[in-house]
Amino acid sequence: MRRTLLQLRVDPIACDGFGYCAELLPERIGRDEWGFPLLAPGVLPPGLLDAARRCVVSCPRNAIVLVPADEPLSGPTTRAR
Amino acid sequence: MSSVPAAPGLWPGAGRLSQRAFSGNPGSRQGPGMDWEDDERPRPGRRAGPPGERRTDSPDGRVPGRGAAVMSLIDSRRAVAGLLEGARAGTAISFARHLQIHGPLLLPGDAGFEPRRILGDLAASGLTGRGGAAFPSARKIAALQGAAAHVTLVVNAMEGEPASIKDQVLCTSTPHLVLDGAAVAAGLTGADRIVVAVAGDRPGQAQALLGALAQRPARVPWEVLALPGRYVSGEESALARAVGGHEALPRFRPDKSLPLRSARRRRVLVHNAETLAHLALVARHGAEWFRSHGTTDAPGTTLVTVSGAVARPGVFEVDYGIRLIELLTRAGAEPRVQAALLGGYGGAWLAGRDFGVACTPVDLRRVGATLGPGIVVALAEDACGLAETARIARFMAGESAGQCGPCVFGLPAIAADLDQLAAGRGGHGALQRLQGHLDIVEGRGACRHPDGVVRLVRSALEVFAEHLALHAAGRPCPHGTRPSLFGPPPLAIRR
Repeated sequence: MRRTLLQLRVDPIACDGFGYCAELLPERIGRDEWGFPLLAPGVLPPGLLDAARRCVVSCPRNAIVLVPADEPLSGPTTRAR
Repeated sequence: MSSVPAAPGLWPGAGRLSQRAFSGNPGSRQGPGMDWEDDERPRPGRRAGPPGERRTDSPDGRVPGRGAAVMSLIDSRRAVAGLLEGARAGTAISFARHLQIHGPLLLPGDAGFEPRRILGDLAASGLTGRGGAAFPSARKIAALQGAAAHVTLVVNAMEGEPASIKDQVLCTSTPHLVLDGAAVAAGLTGADRIVVAVAGDRPGQAQALLGALAQRPARVPWEVLALPGRYVSGEESALARAVGGHEALPRFRPDKSLPLRSARRRRVLVHNAETLAHLALVARHGAEWFRSHGTTDAPGTTLVTVSGAVARPGVFEVDYGIRLIELLTRAGAEPRVQAALLGGYGGAWLAGRDFGVACTPVDLRRVGATLGPGIVVALAEDACGLAETARIARFMAGESAGQCGPCVFGLPAIAADLDQLAAGRGGHGALQRLQGHLDIVEGRGACRHPDGVVRLVRSALEVFAEHLALHAAGRPCPHGTRPSLFGPPPLAIRR
């Protein structure tokens, strides 16, 4: 079976900028000057999947999710248009 | 077509263009200004003759909208046809009068209503959404056919853009055209509920629609829903939420191809009020009639609200693909207009040198702009584009739904950076900070509200670049301090 490539996605309405995700996965997640997460674009390297899952379960607002990378993009990792 | 401007060369940066465009010599086809002539090539049903030629049934070249003139209206193919026929601002056309002007229309439930024929005509007409996204209307409707869910049709007359009044004009002066279109769209999709969403702070609109609804047969339950008149209330997902009984706030939709719902088993189809009015005419007169105006890629007519430094602000019905400079001329734009805001507060600035552009989605995209829901605001020569942009950014920051951090904090930060630049303080540091904020905010909201601001501000930095350099160097503004001409346009129908 082909392994699905995954990427992180933030629901900007749910996110309150707690910042746990950025602590748990500094390789892929930074924070803007107000504390909200800035995700590196693209798929997650397999080596970071465990850390990414920890991000997902640790978010107090359930605002960050792992989604298949081939899903139509919109939101934090993409530019408008 | 419009009259020739008083004197050539009055448009800064577009002087040569305006001379060419309006030289009145059909032979001078070189230069971008004459391209519109190409749109005059014969095609089925297209009015023949030079663009300046008009029928002379009335002194201003318009055909009086009497009942007996219905057929001649359809055949005359005047420069402006359709939506605003017989309409006067502030007075709603009655149902009986409406039928006189536009002719009868079979509605769903009537014997002889032909959904297939109408859907075919709609697809062939090439009608696209007039709310800003310009998405093909037939595809939106076809996507709902055969859906297992109940469907609510939402007529979007929210018009959150302060510089737009075209939906308000339609709903208050020719409400039955909008309602006809809604009834037909409901028939095509099997919708069992129609909600007309209006902004609560635009009085007269709800009353006009309710008054019109009382005059016409209704086979599907109708509601007029007055929502808070916020900028984001008219966003599709916000409307879906509102008809489900919740607050009209945008939703996070990671996959926009998934159907819009107000509840688990209820899908929502949102159409702009003007789009439905066009649909009502396409259902009556067919695709070919619709395509006898506009261009091949952007068929039909479209409503545009023109305001700012113009003598005749208001709503114009124009052929889609009209040259921007021609539209400005018709609106009586001041001799020296330095730039125009297109598409509204989430749109883009366009420099005078680009005024020759044809107002189609494709041509406008090429110069980084869009007509949005049909908005043009002319910026006077002696106004400061940066100060105007700062003011708009401040307004847009206040209009955030307050849901997403990057929008809540980012838009005020952008507005503050712009304020500093416009005031000649902050220098290049402020410019750098602003550019950083634009990069950081873009694409990080649940809806496109912050992206619109980013687009507008980026276009301002480009169009007013020379001006910006002076501001950044702390020099006084060379454009003076003329008070803003931006304000709600008057409820006027212009022809």
